[in-house]
Amino acid sequence: MTHLLETAAHPSALRRVAIEPLTRVEGHGKVTILLDEQNRVHQARLHIVEFRGFEKFIQGRPYWEVPVLVQRLCGICPVSHHLAAGKAVDMLVGALTLTPTAEKLRRLMHLGQILQSHALHFFHLASPDLLFGFDSDPDRRNIFGVIGEHPDLAVRGVKLRKFGQEVIRHIAGKRIHGTACVPGGMNKALTAGERDELRRETAQVVRWSQDAVRTCRDLLEASAHAPTFGVFPSNFLSLIRKDGALDFYDGGLRARDARGGLIFDHVDYTHYNRYLREEVKSWSYMKFPFIISLGDEDGWYRVGPLARLNNCDLLDTVFAEHERQLFRQAANGGMQHATLTYHWARLIEMLHAAEGIERLLDDPDITGTDLVVKGERALEGVGVIEAPRGTLIHHYEVDENDVVVRAHLMVSTTHNNQAMNEAVRNVAARYLDGNRLTEGLLNHIEVALRAFDPCLSCATHALGRMPLRVELVDAEGRVIDRIVKGADGTFWPE
Amino acid sequence: MASKRKLATCSLAGCFGCHMSLLDLDERLFDLLELVEFDRSPFNDIKSIRGMVDIGLIEGGLCNAESVHVLHHFREHCRVLVSVGACALTGGIPSMRNHHSLKDCLEESYIRGIGVENPHVPDDPELPLLLDKVYPLHEVVRVDYYVPGCPPSADALWHVLTALIAGRDPRLPTSLLRFD
Repeated sequence: MTHLLETAAHPSALRRVAIEPLTRVEGHGKVTILLDEQNRVHQARLHIVEFRGFEKFIQGRPYWEVPVLVQRLCGICPVSHHLAAGKAVDMLVGALTLTPTAEKLRRLMHLGQILQSHALHFFHLASPDLLFGFDSDPDRRNIFGVIGEHPDLAVRGVKLRKFGQEVIRHIAGKRIHGTACVPGGMNKALTAGERDELRRETAQVVRWSQDAVRTCRDLLEASAHAPTFGVFPSNFLSLIRKDGALDFYDGGLRARDARGGLIFDHVDYTHYNRYLREEVKSWSYMKFPFIISLGDEDGWYRVGPLARLNNCDLLDTVFAEHERQLFRQAANGGMQHATLTYHWARLIEMLHAAEGIERLLDDPDITGTDLVVKGERALEGVGVIEAPRGTLIHHYEVDENDVVVRAHLMVSTTHNNQAMNEAVRNVAARYLDGNRLTEGLLNHIEVALRAFDPCLSCATHALGRMPLRVELVDAEGRVIDRIVKGADGTFWPE
Repeated sequence: MASKRKLATCSLAGCFGCHMSLLDLDERLFDLLELVEFDRSPFNDIKSIRGMVDIGLIEGGLCNAESVHVLHHFREHCRVLVSVGACALTGGIPSMRNHHSLKDCLEESYIRGIGVENPHVPDDPELPLLLDKVYPLHEVVRVDYYVPGCPPSADALWHVLTALIAGRDPRLPTSLLRFD
């Protein structure tokens, strides 16, 4: 049933409703819905409407520029792109094992990013829907409304995000688009003074993160929607550590099916393209990835906090592991499939990140000064991490002149493309179908999308579209010929 | 109490980093809300500016017809329009595509790319018309002020906003005037 409501039989006879731009998500996207005269939904799609072109314009650049360039894909999770590219570049310089200090600094920066991104998403973007209701007054259903009516919660959200950003700044020099990774390591050590400054805050940050998990769980329990809103089965993909623990920075690829059965496990991520492909669909710039062995129809999957908590066997910090067990018990030990449980999983991860930051700051290696290693040069590098929104894959090929000749990025939000479309159609069919559309009903669609925390800027690295296509059609409606005009004015046959 | 200034913000061909820098005001966000009321912004669900606003902040350059349309709408409805960050000022990193032909870029992503199934270039009418190049804002509309940086720091944004709210001409001190 993958493609139910994806494509209407007779779109021209239908009324079009668009939710545009999507708000309280990052980046540019829209949802279109096609309805008949009785407001029955015939088609619903999430479109990614922007383009960038990173894969092309990165070509010809020296590889050491890449981690700094590609982080400009996204201002919310620049550290993710910086690290994934950094890991790929490590392979290019043969730095197969970093120094303990370099790896721990990267992990620390990454946890800072997980913390700030998850806090931002929950408090600033998604919490208004849960606090005020999906169809509450839109003038109040935002972070400013939360500040007005739940100031304590808002202050904590702001301060949690601030702490994560400060972790990043201490390592990368800036909160957004700093520099830290260099080929084979890191460019700056953390001083004892800087460490102490962060360490003073961690007990508070861990406590607030625990409270946030509880708040989210309470909100979901109180919500009449939560158990049934946007529930659909899917496969799940994430990185996994050798012992089955969740690991944001490194590991092998694990995929489970909807009942929890393993599809593959501990796969060397440099071989990702033996397991994953991406389908192009004409109506979105974002491709549709799938697991090759299951095919494009059934092989789609979810990534991100929900996938990671469904996939992993444990979290290696005490408080977060306790919460993970509650999370799994709530699904009777099976897989959680409800869209809104993304929020719960995300905040458990925020707690895990807070605890992980504290542990790393107490590690003597963190203030070490041995930062860079070198090895045998290679011409191909793949870097994979678990970004806040899910598995992030960077893949580069360079020539003997150190210049990038090919690049391929599979970003977290792209992995979720089919699942987000499923969520849109699921909610459209259940809540919108046959009803007079109101702002509040349409917000239900956005609530489902927000749960994925989509980063649509990240997802628009691929370039553009044909602005014009001309078809020559005969009397029976058969297409005889077709040419395409590019935005640069050139024509070519399709 | 004096009525609050109205502020609208949007991101065009940017990465939302400038909006994140605005959130990096941290606790000063609460002070900002004493001074301004948000009209359209990605932080709320106002999809289009509702009336005239006092200050418009735009991050990102222009890459498609939709972004040009939104820019014009902002210019018409903002008494003061501020170009925020490298991409709005110069096109930024996305304008690196200006060195390549569009055809080449399209084929790289959707036809020649690694692991592409059903290779073809997306062409649905729902996808907005692509511009030949990425342009900075001031090539299309009049811009009143420019705040450089990738992104500008929260301190720089605070400096500019508080000056504009007070009716002063914002001038960034050297310490806040950065392009990185």
